Amino acid sequence: MSEQLTNTQHHIKLSEESLQKQTTTLNLGPTHPATHGVFQNIMEIDGERVLETVPTIGYIHRAFEKIAERRPYYQITPLTDRLNYCSSPINNMGWHMTIEKLLGLKLPKRIEYLRVIIMELSRIADHLVCNSVIAVDTGALTPFTYVFQYREKIYEIFEEICGSRLTTNIGRVGGFERNFTPASFTKLNDFLKTFPKVMKEFESLLNRNRIFMDRCIGAGPISAERALNYGFTGPNLRAAGVDYDVRVAQSYSSYEDFDFKIPVGTVGDVYDRFMVRNGEIWESVSIIHQALEKIEKIEKEFPEQKDVFFAKEAEHFHIPAKEDVYTKMEALIWHFKIIMGEIDAPAGEVYHSVEGGNGEVGYYLISDGGRTPYRLHFRRPCFIYYQAYPEMVENGLLSDAIITLSSLNVIAGELDA
Amino acid sequence: MALTNDIVKQKLTDKFGEQLTDWEVPYGIMAFRAPAEMNLKVMQFLYDDEELRFRFMTDLTAVHYPDRKGEELCVVYHMHNLTDNIRLRFKIYVPVEKPDVYTASKLFSAANWMERETYDFFGINFIGHPNLIRILNVDEMDYFPMRKEYPMEDPTRRDKDDEMFGR
Repeated sequence: MSEQLTNTQHHIKLSEESLQKQTTTLNLGPTHPATHGVFQNIMEIDGERVLETVPTIGYIHRAFEKIAERRPYYQITPLTDRLNYCSSPINNMGWHMTIEKLLGLKLPKRIEYLRVIIMELSRIADHLVCNSVIAVDTGALTPFTYVFQYREKIYEIFEEICGSRLTTNIGRVGGFERNFTPASFTKLNDFLKTFPKVMKEFESLLNRNRIFMDRCIGAGPISAERALNYGFTGPNLRAAGVDYDVRVAQSYSSYEDFDFKIPVGTVGDVYDRFMVRNGEIWESVSIIHQALEKIEKIEKEFPEQKDVFFAKEAEHFHIPAKEDVYTKMEALIWHFKIIMGEIDAPAGEVYHSVEGGNGEVGYYLISDGGRTPYRLHFRRPCFIYYQAYPEMVENGLLSDAIITLSSLNVIAGELDA
Repeated sequence: MALTNDIVKQKLTDKFGEQLTDWEVPYGIMAFRAPAEMNLKVMQFLYDDEELRFRFMTDLTAVHYPDRKGEELCVVYHMHNLTDNIRLRFKIYVPVEKPDVYTASKLFSAANWMERETYDFFGINFIGHPNLIRILNVDEMDYFPMRKEYPMEDPTRRDKDDEMFGR
């Protein structure tokens, strides 16, 4: 046995220095139960202290930017689903709005409010996953299993509206593919009625929980200055104390009509990020309530608005209803033209960004007037801020590195495009 | 007084004169073109100036225009002044044979990976970058896939070309 181990012919070859080395090299990932996605970090650790970490990314790179150069605009929506798959409706809406900006479309208020509802619901879903996973990584599984039921309820609302759950492909250029059914409003109201109680319970389980606080406070901090230099956006930047929110700074989809607060933190550690997300969930709930009120008001004043789910000017981008396609010549022509990607988009350069689940999701679109983009670049927030990870975890404990990773809300799909 | 596109343009022309060209404001974001070797000077000025304060790098990417002889590759920077909430885009063009651009990673830590990504996909050589290696693609790859000469699908396949759609 010992002969076998000391045999120089053995296939594992270690470098000479490795025997003298006082530290340990730890390969964390690419698939590891604590990393929630395909992340690899090669860490140099001294006991439990992380001395150095080198992240390797790109394991699920799918060349979306290249694919987008051969796809008509409506076929790019499913690609955006697969960026941040925890809040794909926000990505979808951001992409529709980019094209609407290129076309110069102005949507009716009802559609914009409906979009706000969808986006805020997916923000809640995104933050619920992230925050409950922080708890899981600190060893508390109960809150996670509890709130996941409510993410499920959000997905049921999406399912009622667009037919799919995770990768939604929701909405179209100029509005929605079909009107919201009464059932979707019932489900939404049901969610709004039951969710706050659950959220309160979630908060009371964790917010002032001594064990949770001791684990999170001071772990993986980043100063506001460094966060800005690293291009942080979204809850991670706000946790560091900078109140930058795209919804307010470059208001889109009528967010300026809503009254909401931007929660901010102070030191940008795991606990701050957790608290900022919790605060945002409450603001999202309030925004959805306001949106429902506004829609109700519009429908009371103008009953014909009830059937408005896409902008009239966008009908050249809107696939007509199936029964019209079979019975009307015009509808058949438009159906064919849209499906074949025959719709002209003007030449131009657009940058549009929305406040995604984990930061500013930007779309930089260069159109040369053809059926596909000449170039489409996605500004993926977590790709930009994940590079700060080594700086945030070095000289901390390995267990802090794990919760820092989950608190950053890095989504592998978005990271690797 | 709030900072506007016109003031930004005025300050930049005062500083750099005729070297900045192609001023336009497509869809609300002011854009201009700078000479390739001036990118850092422009960025540093935008960063340091007490009034301009473009201290946030939103995005960095590249575009390949194979038909523009001598300036095939275009590097696009999106900057953001968070205090006055104003965005700006500027571009530099470099020839594909010698795609040398000075790195912005000393000024913005955020540029580090974005430049690696741009190198990975377009082959832009960022001079002075601390670690210019591939980031999303495999290390063994010996070409830059986002350049237009690499078609996404089988190049013999014609049914998805624009001319099949009346163009």
